[in-house]
Amino acid sequence: MQVVVRNLRIAFPSPQGPTEAVRGVSFALGQEKLGIVGESGSGKSLTARSILRLLPRQAQVSAETIEFDGIDVLKANETRMRAIRGKRAGLIMQDPKFSLNPVMTAGQQIAEAWHAHRGGSRKEAKDAAVELLAQVQIRDPKRVADMYPHELSGGMGQRAMIAMMLAPDPELLIADEPTSALDATVQAEILRLIEDLVSRRGMGLILISHDLPLVSHFCDRVLVMYAGRVVEEARAGELARAKHPYTRGLLDCLPSLVQPKPRLAVMRRDPAWLGT
Amino acid sequence: MIEVNELRVRFGAIEAVKGVSFRVPQGASFGLVGESGSGKSTVLRALSGLNRDWSGDIVIAEKGQGPVRDKDFFRRVQMVFQDPYGSLHPRQTVDRALSEPLLVHGIGDVDARVRRALAEVALPAMLRFRYPHQLSGGQRQRVAIARALMAEPEVLLLDEPTSALDVSVQAEVLNLLSDLQRARNLTYIMVSHNLAVVAHLCSEIGVMQGGEMVELLSADDLRAGRISHPHTKALRALSIELEEPEMAKSA
Amino acid sequence: MTPPMSLTREWLLTDAPESRRQAGLGRLYRGWLQFRRNYLAMAGLVAAVFLIIVSLLAPVLSPYDPSAQDLTNRFGPVSAAHWFGTDEVGRDLLTRLLYGGRVTLGMVVAIMVLVAPVGLLVGTVAGYAGGVADRILMRITDVFLAFPRLILALAFVAALRPGITSAIIAIALTAWPPYARLARAETLTIRNADFIAAVRLTGASATRIVMRHIAPLCVSSLIVRVTLDMSGIILTAAGLGFLGMGAQPPMPEWGTMIATTRGQILDAWWVPTIPGVAIFVASLAFNLLGDGLRDVLDPKQG
Repeated sequence: MQVVVRNLRIAFPSPQGPTEAVRGVSFALGQEKLGIVGESGSGKSLTARSILRLLPRQAQVSAETIEFDGIDVLKANETRMRAIRGKRAGLIMQDPKFSLNPVMTAGQQIAEAWHAHRGGSRKEAKDAAVELLAQVQIRDPKRVADMYPHELSGGMGQRAMIAMMLAPDPELLIADEPTSALDATVQAEILRLIEDLVSRRGMGLILISHDLPLVSHFCDRVLVMYAGRVVEEARAGELARAKHPYTRGLLDCLPSLVQPKPRLAVMRRDPAWLGT
Repeated sequence: MIEVNELRVRFGAIEAVKGVSFRVPQGASFGLVGESGSGKSTVLRALSGLNRDWSGDIVIAEKGQGPVRDKDFFRRVQMVFQDPYGSLHPRQTVDRALSEPLLVHGIGDVDARVRRALAEVALPAMLRFRYPHQLSGGQRQRVAIARALMAEPEVLLLDEPTSALDVSVQAEVLNLLSDLQRARNLTYIMVSHNLAVVAHLCSEIGVMQGGEMVELLSADDLRAGRISHPHTKALRALSIELEEPEMAKSA
Repeated sequence: MTPPMSLTREWLLTDAPESRRQAGLGRLYRGWLQFRRNYLAMAGLVAAVFLIIVSLLAPVLSPYDPSAQDLTNRFGPVSAAHWFGTDEVGRDLLTRLLYGGRVTLGMVVAIMVLVAPVGLLVGTVAGYAGGVADRILMRITDVFLAFPRLILALAFVAALRPGITSAIIAIALTAWPPYARLARAETLTIRNADFIAAVRLTGASATRIVMRHIAPLCVSSLIVRVTLDMSGIILTAAGLGFLGMGAQPPMPEWGTMIATTRGQILDAWWVPTIPGVAIFVASLAFNLLGDGLRDVLDPKQG
């Protein structure tokens, strides 16, 4: 399974004419973990979603290539895309309270995801749902399967979401800021879980976040985006020696527990980073 | 300045805060850290007067406080909220939001004070009559801070003020908070789950777990690892582990 | 900086408004631009405005006196002298339609003016106060909500004198509960928002919080509901007229006009049909207008 994106451009209409949110992004991904890091407005979310064509209706997408396992995503019709979405590639979003159906129990939603892509009887789907909840390290999977999303804590909701996305046994997982709404401890647990599951199942992972150090711990490669472009691409272990001033700026402005800083470095944005 | 003794808060049958005590001298900053559900935000809300169902003692500026607070309290103690997208009234301009505390307390010279407040939080004057949806997250948080300072309080309660912001904006806001504290001799109580942020801004830290304060220590002690409680040790270890980008492992 | 009295597009759409007035007008203008893009809503607006203006100008526009009878020309067909024909006692139908519009639309506006503020007040107070006050206010609301609109109106009107005033009061009595519920539901959501907590932390009184901060946020959905309800009210008023309980003859009113001539539907079909078409157009216009307003005003949409 290979994802190839070349020269992706996404623009949105506005009263002043179309404004480009993604300006010529290219990358490729195989069976590995890729992190995309950027601040709000950098275009990281849009870039990842374009692989599944999950963009808002008014988005104008153009690219030399967007390929998922050889399938031309730009030209594929809706039926083909639907065969990819969910079944071959899953998407986890930030807040499970908004991405889980509030009127169905967690178990029902996971069973439905299983059933939609794998068939089988209702009972098989239900059992599979409980099994998946156990795989995402929920301690009492049978009880949690009967709970509604609003009864679940943030961490448990995300685990349920992950279980739901993994039910069809996809090849690619896109996680869009999956832990931004969680506290530090749960964040680490969820990311470790994702990392573990992805490795064991031989999946590809795209992890989107604004937290550069966090992403470097859970990914093999990292893309740093600024204002719609990729300003740096590095292996995770080499980020500390990053070259681009924006990446350095992101690292330098963080407060540190071991290194007290009387004043935090403030990012000076060079207009040259916007490119041509 | 602030003294809390055996504070307990119940939500129905559940005790969210189980007897928390700490003191904060004037001009100091105190951090409350813990995981979600540890009760740290609940303590802050009880202190602010938003939550009235608590028992124990809360003494602020040598005055014991009851569940219902008077206007004088609200002049002295103010709060900054976590979510910049929810803390400003969507139909009110920045100018209106900043004028409101002045109008309620009957403070005059509104126009001049609003202009000064915008300058103090480094917001350009051209934002004065914008609506919140026309501002970025960082700008909204600055407005929230300016609003909290309008009535010249002595205490600022900060509920995860930078958790929802990009890291570069977080740095600016944290610097702003430090500067304001020095300039106005403010007392801060800050809640956060991010140890690095808390240690940066606060000199004393209270660690909460399951509604109890399991450890009280100085920021220096936390940095150096002079810790007694295992939960604090775990939090510190995690923070340090995730703080530095991972160095390349040898092949 | 003195605001230029020329409300140029640039001044309205500027990124840096220099006064509260400029910011407020700018917001209204932006909303108007968005509304304008919805063709159906614009059609509704134009139709509604047209009907209102034409009704207000009835004395100027009508060729005849609304009560001028001409028994030699009963049920006259459409002709050059009578553009819509004549009714059962020879009165010009166009004139009756225009004056009838004043009555029907006037009733609707009067009802709305009574109902919306009352509903807003009851709903926001109940939602914010909570507890016993909420329960009492909501039970009162439930009592009025339980009455079927037309039946209560009939009973009321029968007990008092049949006529427009009674009809207005009767319809208003059953029309206000949904607004109270709507306002209360919105208040319950808004009440827990951080920006309301921030206002509470200024020490503001509950009255100030409800009046200045919560009520303005409920107004949008109430406005939308009002326009959508208008069509229903027109139909209820027409229904009362149809049953002889609203406007009394010889006062023209669209519903009454249909009632008194419905026997002629097969012979002089235009006489009952044309007022019916007027009712239909008015209802549809307000419905489309309400839909368009909701797209612009409802904060939940995008």
